[in-house]
Amino acid sequence: MVESAKARGRIPNARRQFLKAGLTAAGGTLAVASGVKAAQPDPKITEIQDWNRYLGDGVDASPYGSPSQFEADIVRRNVPWLTADATSSVNFTPLYALDGTITPSGLCFERHHGGVAVINPADHRLMIHGLVDRPLVFTMDDLKRFPRENRVYFLECAANSGMEWRGAQLNGCQFTHGMIHNVEYTGIPLRFILEEAGVKADAKWLLAEGADAAAMTRSIPIEKVMDDCLIAFKMNGEALRPEQGYPVRLVVPGWEGNMWIKWLRRLELGDKPWAQREETSKYTDLLANGVARRHTWVMDVKSVVTNPSPQAPLTHSKGRTVATGLAWSGHGRIAKVDVSIDGGRNWSEARLEGGTSKGVYRFYHDFDWDGAELFLQSRAIDEAGNVQPTKDQLRAERGENSIYHNNGIQTWHVRQDGVTENVEVS
Amino acid sequence: PPSGGPMNIGRPALEDEIAAWDIDVRPDGKGLPEGSGTVAEGEGIYDERCASCHGAFGEGEGRWPVLAGGQGTLTDERPEKTIGSYWPYLSTVYDYVHRAMPFGDARSLTDDETYAVTAYLLYLNDLVKDDFELNSKNFSGIDLPNHDGFKPDDRQSEPQNAENAQAELCMKDCKEGPAEITMRARVLDVTPDNADSDEQD
Repeated sequence: MVESAKARGRIPNARRQFLKAGLTAAGGTLAVASGVKAAQPDPKITEIQDWNRYLGDGVDASPYGSPSQFEADIVRRNVPWLTADATSSVNFTPLYALDGTITPSGLCFERHHGGVAVINPADHRLMIHGLVDRPLVFTMDDLKRFPRENRVYFLECAANSGMEWRGAQLNGCQFTHGMIHNVEYTGIPLRFILEEAGVKADAKWLLAEGADAAAMTRSIPIEKVMDDCLIAFKMNGEALRPEQGYPVRLVVPGWEGNMWIKWLRRLELGDKPWAQREETSKYTDLLANGVARRHTWVMDVKSVVTNPSPQAPLTHSKGRTVATGLAWSGHGRIAKVDVSIDGGRNWSEARLEGGTSKGVYRFYHDFDWDGAELFLQSRAIDEAGNVQPTKDQLRAERGENSIYHNNGIQTWHVRQDGVTENVEVS
Repeated sequence: PPSGGPMNIGRPALEDEIAAWDIDVRPDGKGLPEGSGTVAEGEGIYDERCASCHGAFGEGEGRWPVLAGGQGTLTDERPEKTIGSYWPYLSTVYDYVHRAMPFGDARSLTDDETYAVTAYLLYLNDLVKDDFELNSKNFSGIDLPNHDGFKPDDRQSEPQNAENAQAELCMKDCKEGPAEITMRARVLDVTPDNADSDEQD
């Protein structure tokens, strides 16, 4: 808050320069980015450019590639004041700059409770025990002998948008909605592991535990375990990133991210839930009457416009434009997304492009901007018929202290000059 | 030896291996090791190993978690959720301290030391006297104050998830008058790299 403007990274500076350039144009017409009105020949065309003349890097320059240097601002960001220490903390996916549905592995948000465990896969073991016929130990080589599947799922932190329960606080969808990623997992159906050990009839719950210094544990009902949970060792085709649980993590489709145990090392079958810290002190949702919901596993239907948004203002004058965003539901597929440009007075059905059950969907709303201020909202409906609520509807049901599971409709105020802000509206 | 399962992958887990990793404790006491610890013993361990983050009285230093106090605040505008005010089960205290604390040196407390720290946390929350000893025999008889403060997930009963929610979806002229801003994130100015702060400073 008190840092100097120069210390604030390059996106805002680039934007400031752009805005200043725009403001010098007559009547606030922001046409600088468009070559259409150029009266003089464009030197980027008429002059031979360096990259058009001199050789670039060879194929041996970059054995593992990185994004263009001109994308250096598109990074995970954290909010230091949110937590006491960076090793039990969270950072945020730069949703405003992404398109499509797959999150690049290096941009997937991180949430650790004891930092990133560094584990040589040769040293990793997975144990299953408790109410089973045969307690077993697996190496990573063992796990790769089971039949495996590829599935695309979203992982959303239960606390995503949690800072917004009391009102508009953080300015950018990276911060308000960026505790989510969506990748393709390669993994083993968890039921194969259980069947290998032989589940006893009275086993109703599974305790999953991580190998990191937080030894994260959660209780999962056996019906979910046998339905669609995976033990994943690949994401987007390659090994899991260390910060995503290398060498192996749990995938719990549609359910809150806390349950997706990383660095998975232990599975215990039991007849009751364990009431661990992460399902009593944390990941329970306090209501206004002082009672808290527990076992709020599913992530409800939700959406957000990612562009334009506070970090991605409109940079052209009035005319044809695109609003795009993401929608998802832990209950299954997205049936429909509506977009409003007037704060929920009128809605238009958006175009869905790609998406999977319990994965994110990309939506587009193509429209002619008349240059007036916009109050952009999106509203998702899932195949089960659940409708994304307004934040006020949620507050009326739950109060303001639930912390988790805020799936309320987001509003962006787009000003006439294109600057965009996180607001709440009547 | 092979697993003996349908795909014959993996090998039997040995008892010592299971014992090394299986330290979880349930609310009914399943998993509790033999042992004991007193409030006085716990005070010494707590002051040395815990107080620098959690405060001498469990009040929490900086943004580190508050462990004691806050009873009766759950309906306040700013509830204080601690072991004494919010946690339902003592088993979670033992289990979590034993598995994950002290932060940065997990698994370093013995079974008896964990009993002692747990006893001291009960004392800091005014739930036992200063001469109390916690052990594997009396553990399951202790209910925390918010034992009954939790209910199952019933979000599906909320109106937006009701069966008729979609039928009532409005598409045109849903609200009277133009939208008016009631809250703005920029006013708080707490966003890192705040893209709009150039207008404020």
